Amino acid sequence: SLSREDFQRIPELAINPLGDRIINAFFPEGEDQVNFRGFMRTLAHFRPIEDNEKSKDQNGPEPLNSRSNKLHFAFRLYDLDKDDKISRDELLQVLRMMVGVNISDEQLGSIADRTIQEADQDGDSAISFAEFVKVLEKVDVEQKMSIRFLH
Amino acid sequence: LDYQHVQVPFEITLWIMLASLAKIGFHLYNKLPSVVPESCLLIFVGLIMGGIIYGLNDRSPPVMDSDIFFLYLLPPIVLDAGYFMPSRPFFENIGTILLYAVVGTIWNVFGIGFSLYGICQVKAFRLQDVSLLHNLLFGSLIAAVDPVAVLAVFEEIHVNEKLHILVFGESLLNDAVTVVLYKLFRSFCEMPTIKSVDIFAGVGKFFVVGLGGVLVGLSFGFTAAFTTRFTKDIRVIEPLFVFLYSYLSYLTAEMFHLSGIVAIISCAMGMKRYVEANISLKSHTTVKYFMKMWSSVSDTLIFIFLGVSTIGENHEWNWPYICFTVIFCLIWRALGVLVLTFFVNRFHVNTVTSKDQFIIAYGGLRGAICFSLVFLLPDFRRKKLFIAATTVVILFTVFIQGMTIRPLVDLLAVKRKRESAPTVGEQIHIRFLDHLLAGIEDISGHWGQYYWKDKLEYFNSKYLQKILLREYDQPKSSIVLLYEKLERKHAMELAQAGQLGHGPAHPSFLCFAFLCSSSDRTVLRDQKLEDTLNPDVLNNMQEILARNLYRIRRTGPAYNRHTLPGDSEPTEQAKEILILRHKSL
Repeated sequence: SLSREDFQRIPELAINPLGDRIINAFFPEGEDQVNFRGFMRTLAHFRPIEDNEKSKDQNGPEPLNSRSNKLHFAFRLYDLDKDDKISRDELLQVLRMMVGVNISDEQLGSIADRTIQEADQDGDSAISFAEFVKVLEKVDVEQKMSIRFLH
Repeated sequence: LDYQHVQVPFEITLWIMLASLAKIGFHLYNKLPSVVPESCLLIFVGLIMGGIIYGLNDRSPPVMDSDIFFLYLLPPIVLDAGYFMPSRPFFENIGTILLYAVVGTIWNVFGIGFSLYGICQVKAFRLQDVSLLHNLLFGSLIAAVDPVAVLAVFEEIHVNEKLHILVFGESLLNDAVTVVLYKLFRSFCEMPTIKSVDIFAGVGKFFVVGLGGVLVGLSFGFTAAFTTRFTKDIRVIEPLFVFLYSYLSYLTAEMFHLSGIVAIISCAMGMKRYVEANISLKSHTTVKYFMKMWSSVSDTLIFIFLGVSTIGENHEWNWPYICFTVIFCLIWRALGVLVLTFFVNRFHVNTVTSKDQFIIAYGGLRGAICFSLVFLLPDFRRKKLFIAATTVVILFTVFIQGMTIRPLVDLLAVKRKRESAPTVGEQIHIRFLDHLLAGIEDISGHWGQYYWKDKLEYFNSKYLQKILLREYDQPKSSIVLLYEKLERKHAMELAQAGQLGHGPAHPSFLCFAFLCSSSDRTVLRDQKLEDTLNPDVLNNMQEILARNLYRIRRTGPAYNRHTLPGDSEPTEQAKEILILRHKSL
């Protein structure tokens, strides 16, 4: 099984702004080891959606790589305290990680406010999962969040 | 005035000086390189020079000597290409690249040869004496895509990495096929009768040429790595070994009638890992800079000479033949790409899209290699016709295809884009997803080793590293080296500030020191919360985000003629991210 150190040895992850969060996403709640099954479960989110799966059985559980589950995975990376909402602070944290040092805290704050404002529909000053999905409705998430694992 | 004494070196230096000054001239006008690719401008300068020489001397200007081209001008460019070739994408796509290079080139050669022979049969064109063999010979030299021209043009258009490596790899590797076919047809021209045994010998020769080139290259590469193991005390001549061994591999391969280009590429790729681990950091920088310098100079000289050699009395203008040559080149390349991609896509999950196919087909530029090969043809009646046709094809591809490929790429890309501008939220989330994907790709890339790569790594660690590396420890990636460099620098700064020995630095010191040294702070102090609804503020925000969000790694081609890898923005970004994370740990 893998530990966090194994992931941290990948040099490209060290310079990925979201490196730590991505690593944490692999590990189930509170554990420090992930086995192969868990590893594959996480990576399975990124399988491309094939056309014949769309018409497959609607009664069974939704496959891990459906659009909704992909977005849920991304949502969980934002939402650290797992309250199903992205609060302003959580958004600020992610923004700070993704943005260069040339932006002041005030600017960042207004950007975060603007983001929440655009997405928020029920007025709770936080982004819920449904609102998150709505923001990204025009984006081709299926294509963006897919990795072709085989060549 | 003792001009005779210094004439040759003087003239050579003058040409190189002209080339370099021309390059400076282009970059003074910022807009020009984006509209007209550099290669076109250089050919244009060459045309002017040729015209001047012709006007002054009233005889044809010096034609580019094939020997000079193949022995002196081509190797630096190919060495540069091979050394800086990003090996991971190259080997991941090696099947596709080889398919395009080998099968595609053969398809093009025979297609163009036979169709031109068909044209020659038409009585009205007065071309009946051009035999099938001559047409095939011509086809073999015009069909090959030229790495110099392709590189020069693809730099300006930013295509995705996979496409870049496909066209790039193909243009480099098709040399083996070109060499074999060219020599084959040329020897056929001289033989009275052709037996089928000869044809089979030709096919076998292809494998010998290609694989022999690889073997020669690898052996020289490993010898170079081995040599650098012992250069610890004479660091100054380390860079020399890299160049000497590569050039030797090229010359040796050419001596044995093998493919010199394939040899020098395999030499560079083979020795890179070990040599970089063995030589000092400064030697490493020297190697990289010299390579870029030489390849730049060669590149410029080739295009200028192309321009110069065009002027003159070397041409026989038979317009139907020439026009049909151009048309057939385009048609056969497009057909070849379509058919091959069809096969490629059936075996791979990662498809080559139709936009990619268009770029591959349209980006098949011909360049100086064709030009030199046509001058090497034995003298027969119709040689000047071929020279004229080659010149026109090269000028057409470089000028017209080179200039229009960028607007066409933009046109094709724009069609897929959305009509409305993305909102701020979308911008952020999209970038977030991009980073996430990049991270997952890196993770899965490292754990999804392929069978042969595994074997190679095993072989490498068990045997090669022990023999070829001086210090046998894990070769460090450039990121780790960068991090170590930063740590060292930080330690030095602390020592200078007199704080070493007082324990680990407070994170804010690091942050403060870094921020003070960073330039270009755009701080808007008057931002108030009410303004967030203002459209101007919104535009500003999007602009700020667009400028400041960290770029995902590898958005552009990893190979660039004019800059060293690791010399541009991404390293600055990497430094910042590393420091931020270090701060948060």
